[in-house]
Amino acid sequence: MTILVDRDTRLLCQGMTGWAGTYHADRMVQYGTAVVAGVTPGKGGQSHLGLPVFETVAEAKRATGANASIVFVPPANAGRAMIEAIEAEMPLVVAVTERVPVLDMVRVREALVGSRTRLVGPNSQGVLAPEICKIGVMATDRARRGPIGVVSRSASLTSEVVAQLSAAGLGQSTTIGIGGDPVHGIGFAECVSLFFDDPETQGVVLIGEIGGSEEHEAARFIRETGLKKPVVALVVGRAAPPERRMGHAGALTAQAPDDVDGKIAALRDAGAVIAPNAHLVGATMSDAFGRRAA
Amino acid sequence: MQLHEFQAKDVLRRYGIAVPPGRIALTADEAAAAAREIGAEALFVKAQILAGSRAAAGGVRAVRLPSGARTAAGELLGRKLVTTQTGPGGRAVKRVLVEAAVGAAEEFYLALRIDPAAGAIVAIAGHHRPDIEDRLADGTPGLPTLVLGVAGERRPGDIADFCRRLDIAGETADRFGALIRGLHRAFVELDAALIEINPLIRTEAGELIAADAKLVIDDNAAFRHPETAELRSEEEVDQIQLQAQRHQINYVSMDGNIGIVANGAGLGLATLDLVRAAGGAPANFMDIRTTAKSLDIAHGVGMILDNPRAKVLLVNVYGGGMQACDTVVDGLAIAFRRSGRVMPMVLRITGNNEAFAHARLANFNLPKIVCADMWQAASRAAAISKGRA
Repeated sequence: MTILVDRDTRLLCQGMTGWAGTYHADRMVQYGTAVVAGVTPGKGGQSHLGLPVFETVAEAKRATGANASIVFVPPANAGRAMIEAIEAEMPLVVAVTERVPVLDMVRVREALVGSRTRLVGPNSQGVLAPEICKIGVMATDRARRGPIGVVSRSASLTSEVVAQLSAAGLGQSTTIGIGGDPVHGIGFAECVSLFFDDPETQGVVLIGEIGGSEEHEAARFIRETGLKKPVVALVVGRAAPPERRMGHAGALTAQAPDDVDGKIAALRDAGAVIAPNAHLVGATMSDAFGRRAA
Repeated sequence: MQLHEFQAKDVLRRYGIAVPPGRIALTADEAAAAAREIGAEALFVKAQILAGSRAAAGGVRAVRLPSGARTAAGELLGRKLVTTQTGPGGRAVKRVLVEAAVGAAEEFYLALRIDPAAGAIVAIAGHHRPDIEDRLADGTPGLPTLVLGVAGERRPGDIADFCRRLDIAGETADRFGALIRGLHRAFVELDAALIEINPLIRTEAGELIAADAKLVIDDNAAFRHPETAELRSEEEVDQIQLQAQRHQINYVSMDGNIGIVANGAGLGLATLDLVRAAGGAPANFMDIRTTAKSLDIAHGVGMILDNPRAKVLLVNVYGGGMQACDTVVDGLAIAFRRSGRVMPMVLRITGNNEAFAHARLANFNLPKIVCADMWQAASRAAAISKGRA
């Protein structure tokens, strides 16, 4: 099985008529995702990429039975688009948009309280269940179906790790980018929990970074529930220069080595196997599997 | 974007926050005139740089009378002030704030900021202690906090309860509550990421006065605030970083000799770690954002080619999203052509449009060593940087 998405996922594309929306909606269709409609205020009733375009998410959901939405809406209106999808009770919302104002994300988090929606992102590459469903903008050429769940904050590093896993003969059940922004939806701990509960997933790769506290929360979760499946963790940024924002607003830290070491220690204490460096994640997971089989 | 103290105080005054009477001065004479206008005997002369820990570095002087203000301003202006937050180069002092000293019966720390885990605005307050900023930097200040919604108190009485937890009672509690409401309104209306008042002074008369103020605006919300754009102090922003940002690239100078081109923050950080593990020293961090086009990338690569310290270029790219490999290769070719500098280049480019990118690369006749994986590439770049190609 997969998590968050499956063969029955029917996807809406908010902002489909824009450049990025058009390009990626097309690529998702090519990958086999059931993209059922677009939503662009002011363009309701039109057709784009051979799909109907609706004025609102609620209307599109009613007409198409969509159960997931991807947000390509530019930063100024991305928060409103996410809230609209939450209010329409969309079960899954994936926000790709970068540079959303942080207070808009606070508003989105307020809208999420008590809602039926699970939000992934913003500033996320999305969710990929290889060979089944792609909701996002990630590279897919080396992704293969298999037993490993991957969760990360960074798109290109996820692609790298996916390539290593596939090369080691370990396909992926689902890969999730939680996004690089400080205030966002689903976190590391919740993703690990979903992977622990998913019968197909037999191992989890967690790709952390300097800054923020998500890695600690995941470590706490694993300590509390017990290590149900092998977890391999990578935490990058030990060599980062001090006191700088490293692209992700979340990855801001005064003492990079201390921060990285603290996260590594917490994850190791929880039972995770630490990949010594970014090129060794596939090999580390291979070893963890080998040890378990032996 | 961080505002200067004097700008932050000007802004906060509009939200009903009391600040000491003050004037900005660009020269020693202006400082003396400002002191005369303010009319107070006891004054502070404060260097206006965008970095904290100024007092410990001698950037905040307690003086008496206009003559004292003149002397202190003369000493501070034009000088480079080095604090624990400026880095070794320090920051040039171009302005001083001359302010009346306010007698304190009690001092507090008060900040509003975004709490990522709570996904909310949080107020943090406590009785002032000298080490409070260090404790906050550690992330575990152990101070009382109050979670606020975008609309204000999440439940009626939250602010009153917060005051009780701080042992603030009576009329001071009313004023403290009003202050938090004013700061919260400022936070939301200005799209702030941080407002910090340290110290917040209670005078003998019971008035609460912001003796210092730090205000950081969320850069992602700049489009909503053309009025704050003009407050940006370009002279204090790292020019290299600023230029890079205009080209959709996050760039931070470092002190090594391996220039790094990478896409995405995570892969950029991983590349730094790999270079270090291979015994090399990065000349920079780079994260090419997905919105960067080939001309933007060319600008970023050009910054490395312009860096005389950089001896070798390491390219580690995983093409995806809206940015395929060929876009990066085009950027590289443009940068090398413009620069004319022949710098050895170690390349590891994979992902979307990989084959096409390598075909284009062959046409450009660039000096290159192509590696199959990123560890090989980092090791090779480290060897070249030490003269062992």
